[in-house]
Amino acid sequence: MGEELGRAVSDPDLESLGLKEEGLRDLFRMMALTRRADLEATALQRQGELAVYPPLAGQEAAQVGSAYALEESDWIFPSYRELGAAVVRGVDLVEYLHFYRATWHGGTYDATAHRFGYVSVPVGSQILHAVGYAMGAKLDGASLCTLAYFGDGATSEGDFHEGCNFAAVFHAPVIFFCQNNQWAISVPVSAQTVAPIWRKADAYGFPGVQVDGNDVLAVYQATREAAARARDEGIPTLIEAVTYRMGPHSTADDASRYRPASELETWKARDPIDRYRERLVRAGVADDGFFAEVEQEAGAFAARLRAGVIASEPRPVEEMFAWVFAELPEHLRRQRQEVLGD
Amino acid sequence: MTEVTMVKALNEALRDSLRDDARTLVLGEDIGKLGGVFRVTDGLQEAFGTDRVFDTPLAEAAIAGVSLGLALAGWHPVAEMQFDGFSYPALDQVISHIAKYRYRSRGRQSAPLVIRIPFAGGVGAAEHHSESPEAYYAHTAGLKVVVPSTPLDAYDLLRASIADPDPVIFFEPKSRYWSKEHGDLGANGDPLPIGKARVARRGTDWLRVRSRLLRRPRRTAPRSRSSTSGRSCRWTSTRSPRRSARPDGPSSCTKPR
Repeated sequence: MGEELGRAVSDPDLESLGLKEEGLRDLFRMMALTRRADLEATALQRQGELAVYPPLAGQEAAQVGSAYALEESDWIFPSYRELGAAVVRGVDLVEYLHFYRATWHGGTYDATAHRFGYVSVPVGSQILHAVGYAMGAKLDGASLCTLAYFGDGATSEGDFHEGCNFAAVFHAPVIFFCQNNQWAISVPVSAQTVAPIWRKADAYGFPGVQVDGNDVLAVYQATREAAARARDEGIPTLIEAVTYRMGPHSTADDASRYRPASELETWKARDPIDRYRERLVRAGVADDGFFAEVEQEAGAFAARLRAGVIASEPRPVEEMFAWVFAELPEHLRRQRQEVLGD
Repeated sequence: MTEVTMVKALNEALRDSLRDDARTLVLGEDIGKLGGVFRVTDGLQEAFGTDRVFDTPLAEAAIAGVSLGLALAGWHPVAEMQFDGFSYPALDQVISHIAKYRYRSRGRQSAPLVIRIPFAGGVGAAEHHSESPEAYYAHTAGLKVVVPSTPLDAYDLLRASIADPDPVIFFEPKSRYWSKEHGDLGANGDPLPIGKARVARRGTDWLRVRSRLLRRPRRTAPRSRSSTSGRSCRWTSTRSPRRSARPDGPSSCTKPR
């Protein structure tokens, strides 16, 4: 995979993973559902049904492998490109896409039911919430960890560095999961930072791991190990999953203005779904029947998503006032009255 | 009835809140062993331990963002910003997340936390130590802004802020930290409602509204002003400034009751 992965964890031995065959197939299924949902969401934006959408195609292994490695009691704090992790957590994607339909802030799903935080757009800001939640859980003596997703660009933000430092100082059970997809909108990772991302962990005094982010099993293994370190010993881990954003930054972006076509072709050849399919076949864990079944399921999944998004209406106006405060203060009561006339 | 400074009143409010609610936490820079640069948290770590009263690394955005994470995990953090002029790195967390969490989550989650900020001038302080940033917060939906002006008020309002289900930005006027007042802390019984003004002195002819009574007591004694004018003046402390809901209305003003 080239120089960028000189040290990365890659191609782990199947036996060492502790996953049953069903789990191995499940990983493929979720990656396939993610890919189809992602394509559908992109199409929905092109057709005017979504305001904007940030495609994740190419990052399915990084997201599904890491989210799948956690326990249900662990919390995920996503950024804005984590539809694949939402699929693993069983979040209703129509509710998730309310954010991108611009009909609700953060999505209408119940974060507490899925232990999957709301879409967080200010880059890197959700990292601090993951650290604070982990500190709180530790104070309660709970055996859980939190995982914050962010990209290579976020490693330039102060929130990333402050979060890493707090987690180290307070021995907070956190996994800092960086999807290094090579581009922060138009700025390549080489112009973003000089030191390899995984090595930044050294500065805070906890382990940093670089993993082949297009190898779902390697991601799964690295995340399992990090989660165990976090829960059992209060040791945070920074995981750099080296992957690639095959699409634009968002549907409002034109990647052809800054990205050479040849680079995209190189990474298409490393497509994480194709690669895992071959691995499953090689291991004798899945056959054509299974893949046909998954394709059918993914088609139905995308069709439901499309129908659900198109049918979803803007939220009622009164909701604008509903949850600003626990109790509606007098000045908002007056504004509500002006708008609704009640 | 005892004489109490505002610093002591705030300290007692934190102490009583830590005692009454085991989910209350106090965090910030130098708030542990030192007791805060203004000594507002003096003795709290000793009394409640380092799990509930703890120093943080020197990073204001993290103090705010981590407080939100703690609140999402069911704790009630009371965070200190050391000075008004150092609170700005936390603004993104306060505006983009803390103020919005209840709304964003459709009421399923909230951020019941308090951020205390010593503020304003009048003490001969240098740059970054004498700022009045309350308007930034008062213009942000989802936040409550509280400014006490007397020690007894400070006690009642801080207790009410900590008990409040929504995030409160609590501004402590530095020039009043060492002002004294006679009275019994918490004698009011019920927590003060946030969002209501205090009538400092009753009057009938005209109304004077202040977001904080910052001038030295000698110069602000209502009696002298109203007696020299020959008219009756009502003095009001807003306690909780917010932006005006009506374009023609006075800013930061709640009708006195």
